[in-house]
Amino acid sequence: MPIRFDHKPGLVIYLTAGDPSLEATRAIALAAIDAGADVIELGVPFSDPLADGPIIQRASERALARGTRLADVLELARQIRAERPQAGLIIFSYLNPILRYGLSRFADEARAAGVDGVLATDMIVEEADAYLEELSRVGLAPVFLAAPTSPDERLQAIATHSQGFVYAISRTGITGKQQSLTSDAAALVERIRRWTGLPVAVGFGISNADHVAQVAEFADAAVIGSTIVELVERSTPEDAPGAVARFIKGLRLHDTALAR
Amino acid sequence: MASVILPASPSESRPGRFGIYGGRYVPETLMAALVELEHEYDAAKADPAFQAELNALLTDYAGRPTPLYFAKRLTETLGGAKIYLKREDLLHTGAHKINNALGQGLLARRMGKKRIIAETGAGQHGVATATVCALLGLECVVYMGEVDMERQQLNVMRMRLLGAEVRGVASGSRTLKDAISEAMRDWVTNVRTTYYLLGSALGAHPYPTMVRDFHRCISREMKEQILQKEGRLPSAVVACVGGGSNAIGAFYEFIPDRQVRLIGVEAGGRGAGLGEHAARFRGGVPGVLQGTFSYVLQDEDGQIALTHSVSAGLDYASIGPEHAALHDSGRAEYVSQDDQGALDAVVKLSRTEGILPALESAHAVAEAIRIAPSMAAHDILVVNLSGRGDKDMGILAQELKL
Repeated sequence: MPIRFDHKPGLVIYLTAGDPSLEATRAIALAAIDAGADVIELGVPFSDPLADGPIIQRASERALARGTRLADVLELARQIRAERPQAGLIIFSYLNPILRYGLSRFADEARAAGVDGVLATDMIVEEADAYLEELSRVGLAPVFLAAPTSPDERLQAIATHSQGFVYAISRTGITGKQQSLTSDAAALVERIRRWTGLPVAVGFGISNADHVAQVAEFADAAVIGSTIVELVERSTPEDAPGAVARFIKGLRLHDTALAR
Repeated sequence: MASVILPASPSESRPGRFGIYGGRYVPETLMAALVELEHEYDAAKADPAFQAELNALLTDYAGRPTPLYFAKRLTETLGGAKIYLKREDLLHTGAHKINNALGQGLLARRMGKKRIIAETGAGQHGVATATVCALLGLECVVYMGEVDMERQQLNVMRMRLLGAEVRGVASGSRTLKDAISEAMRDWVTNVRTTYYLLGSALGAHPYPTMVRDFHRCISREMKEQILQKEGRLPSAVVACVGGGSNAIGAFYEFIPDRQVRLIGVEAGGRGAGLGEHAARFRGGVPGVLQGTFSYVLQDEDGQIALTHSVSAGLDYASIGPEHAALHDSGRAEYVSQDDQGALDAVVKLSRTEGILPALESAHAVAEAIRIAPSMAAHDILVVNLSGRGDKDMGILAQELKL
């Protein structure tokens, strides 16, 4: 499976699928990969995204207003996979659209589309028996969230059941931009590493090259979500791929400078 | 319904599960807090001092036990079953919600939390929470959809007077569902310092169980009172169901008494189409919303449907998971009454008994009015009058052209 972080730090780029259109998301994803994204997270828009801040809420509303459906997101994944086989591809969703689609059908079709893994925001390890069984049946990697509030026994379960990477939430809270990283993130990544050799990606609030450089000191990858989604919101569909690519390259330039 | 395959193996014995329903589907950040809450609640439940303090407040502060009142004129007007009203509307703050707010408020204080957040639809839970926070000296923030703030203005002002901060929610349908999402966002962010005082038998475990337990006193008293007055159990207990807290409180002690019909009344709104009502058992499909697996009004893509009801407290796309289990097992029946039925029931009860019911509770009254005439004179109907209608005067003035 191509979830690999060859650069340090790796970059996971989140996009709300269908915002502003499926075609635009495709072009943005390809540009992001060309600019150095290791993994693309395709967000399935949901009507009630309770783990998301205003930026991703707005993007979800726009995507839904355009009629974006889970089947469309899987088709988008298939196109991205066909055009850029080297990048990792994750479906990022709330549970209900997946349940309504049918978990088995979703797993089959996601795998057929070439998706590598799935992250369900409101799925916790204790409830995940059937979910894990289905993902494992088709060879999709389950990615679970780990939180600063998770005690060690939960981190152990999360690390054990995750594949591809473990997604460490940088702080208590919802998705969105922030000024500076808290000390929560480094402490959490250190605790996760006691239980697994998997790469650890840090997300929520990672907004600029400084943050990425900080994450690079203790984790394998940074997840950039709201900042990218906001950049897409502020760009025309034609300009968005270029703007996102420039932004991603900027994150890496800073890193290169630090490495020197 | 073939799409529903979670959980794989339903287990009654697993805490937080009601048949296949319930569970915990939340962002990981909340899990430690939910586990802590579960343990603290279990400890409090077993602690005689906690129970004594709660009971003293329920008695002296809230006004329990509430009367079971024989509605003689309503009964005579309708002909048929004897109708009793469980007068939760007489409680302090005007609805059953205070039972749970006191219980959880004491629990929050016991856990050392100084900041309380809550969601509210009709504002009754918000008022109850603001009241308990004033009583216990706790900071209080209440999330309320902007549509609900508009139609339940009186309760907004009451909450502010009590010292609570009311935060309007402008996302989605701007009603209860969106208020819960916003409260959960606050809780995820401030989980280390904040207690989420959820007001219905909804959400992730342990909330549905805990909220039900704090409202069990309703059916416990009902049972004692009806046995005392009539020497037998009622033929049916009728309650309105939004999230389902007053209904589960009114049903719970009667669940083993198979001869007692349990009738939940959902909001039929203004039509049968998706978006026009909040009757989850008439068009809802099992799914996950806001932490729990239950019936959910949703479209074919699993997007949550908009809902409509004249009563803000019933205007919600999902239903407490224990009701989903009672529905599937057939132990409880769920019907719906529409906006007009509820409005008519408000007028009828006001003019035959001098009791102004909340628009939510009026749905239960409407169902009693519908079925009582076809029942025998020795049948007994107990209606849980979950709240009073003073808060609805704005809507009533408009709808009834008063």
